Amino acid sequence: MTQLALVIDLNVCVGCHACVTSCKQWNTSGAAGSLMDDNPYDKDPTGTFFNRVQTYEVGEFPNTETIHFPKSCLHCEDPPCVPVCPTGASYKRKEDGIVLVDYDKCIGCNYCSWACPYGAREIDEKQKVMKKCTLCVDRIYDESLPETERKPACVLACPTSARLFGDVHDPESEVSRAICESGGYPLMPEWGTQPANHYLPRRKTKIRFHKDELMRADNPLKKDGRLPKTDPDAPFLDDSVSW
Amino acid sequence: MHPAFSVIFLTTLIGAGQGLFLALITAETFSHMGALAPQEYRFYSTGSLLSLGLLVAGLVASFFHLGHPERAWRSAAMWRTSWLSREVIALPAFMGLVFIYGLLHYLEWNPKVFGTTALPETNLTLMVGIIGIVLCFTLFICTGMIYACLKFLQEWHTPLTPINYTLLGMSSGFTLATAFATQYSQEMTDLFGTWAIILTLAALLTRTASLLRNKGIKHRSTLRTAIGVHHSNIRQQSQGSMGGSFNTREYFHGMSTVFFKSIQWIFLLLVFPLPLLLLGMGLSNDTTALLVLAFAVQYVGLIAERWFFFAQANHPQNLYYQTI
Repeated sequence: MTQLALVIDLNVCVGCHACVTSCKQWNTSGAAGSLMDDNPYDKDPTGTFFNRVQTYEVGEFPNTETIHFPKSCLHCEDPPCVPVCPTGASYKRKEDGIVLVDYDKCIGCNYCSWACPYGAREIDEKQKVMKKCTLCVDRIYDESLPETERKPACVLACPTSARLFGDVHDPESEVSRAICESGGYPLMPEWGTQPANHYLPRRKTKIRFHKDELMRADNPLKKDGRLPKTDPDAPFLDDSVSW
Repeated sequence: MHPAFSVIFLTTLIGAGQGLFLALITAETFSHMGALAPQEYRFYSTGSLLSLGLLVAGLVASFFHLGHPERAWRSAAMWRTSWLSREVIALPAFMGLVFIYGLLHYLEWNPKVFGTTALPETNLTLMVGIIGIVLCFTLFICTGMIYACLKFLQEWHTPLTPINYTLLGMSSGFTLATAFATQYSQEMTDLFGTWAIILTLAALLTRTASLLRNKGIKHRSTLRTAIGVHHSNIRQQSQGSMGGSFNTREYFHGMSTVFFKSIQWIFLLLVFPLPLLLLGMGLSNDTTALLVLAFAVQYVGLIAERWFFFAQANHPQNLYYQTI
């Protein structure tokens, strides 16, 4: 069975918010109508977003590290928000594991948002329905787009390729390999929601040089002291071997 | 969590309505067994009307919680998985039954349903009432379980939540029944008054138990599990928006700690000792006004109690929204 998901590399994310703006742009322009924006250029701006980038500081000055943390719906394999919905507007698609909201059935009771430990759902305060990341479901299957563009808007926008998209149930996929090889982990594993989205941890990239690697011990120039010379009158194969 | 007044009024009003209905059925059962003098039909029909009024008011309040009230009928669909959906079915079912119960009494249509030497004689209204008891407790459980089933809202995820909803609702309903019964019979006032005191004391016990449980609660989620960084010193620097969002409005009560803590003491005073005192005084002096006051004081206290119930729940998503 397919489970589409994002894998977000915290080691690469620079916190530029390109994923946030491209997500907002794509999803505010779709068939479901615009995403709410209130006072966008005024005091106390607020609005509905599917994706937000947060920033955390780890450690104590001066030994600190800044972590930019993009946060969106994790498309849990056992989503706690789905069974609590009284109308069935919240559902998880069998074919690709995307958790979606049917905006025509949603009564805007907020109960599903209470049932999400990650705060991934945000109500659209103008349309009065619950909204959340759709993994750009209106884009990834669109055959009018070139195949390379059939990816969520955030993935395409990321300048550092910190966001990978694919099927985490396929062990050969790019995302599964990334999770496996770079120690991908889920958020709040204590609640057993089995998030499909994974995060790749910060990694220390170190290269260790030994002295003999800087100055080659087996440098033939060192060994022989001078360049070999051939007899100019001797027969040769071609120019490349005669010097 | 941010306490929504629509939900506060829904749960407190239907709780009182349910408790009142249970009081009526208690009276009917007692008089059926001969422990009480039979009452005139008006007592039951007016009582049912009062109970129905509270239930309707609660239902109306609940609509203010919805973004799309016109689609509310859809919410009966997922009763297999959702406690909210179950409540949506249980509430109108119970309301319909209270209506039938009141109507049967009003029409004084009360034929014998069965009665043999083995089984005690049972009348129609008593039968309807017994079905009503089942529906009433179903509704209490559904209302409580809406909150208790959310396992990561640890303050709510305890059997004490539905127990408190049941006992507090019954307590307030029986207090109302005591004030109501003064218009009909002294005997019944004493019966309801005694039950109101017992139920209020029982509710005091279970509500205090839940307060003590929540006082030392250890939250399973921390910033470390929330972002998956295993370091003891993590601070949030930004939450991805500068003007707040749904996440900062829906999950925080937004009041000062002093206000929050004072609400706890206010409800503890208004729900338990004051109504008990007023009930005791009203019963010994036989004063209706004091008994009405007991209900009013307790109802105001229950609004504070419900506010506190919501405000106290600490949603794990708040870990992501510590600072702008």
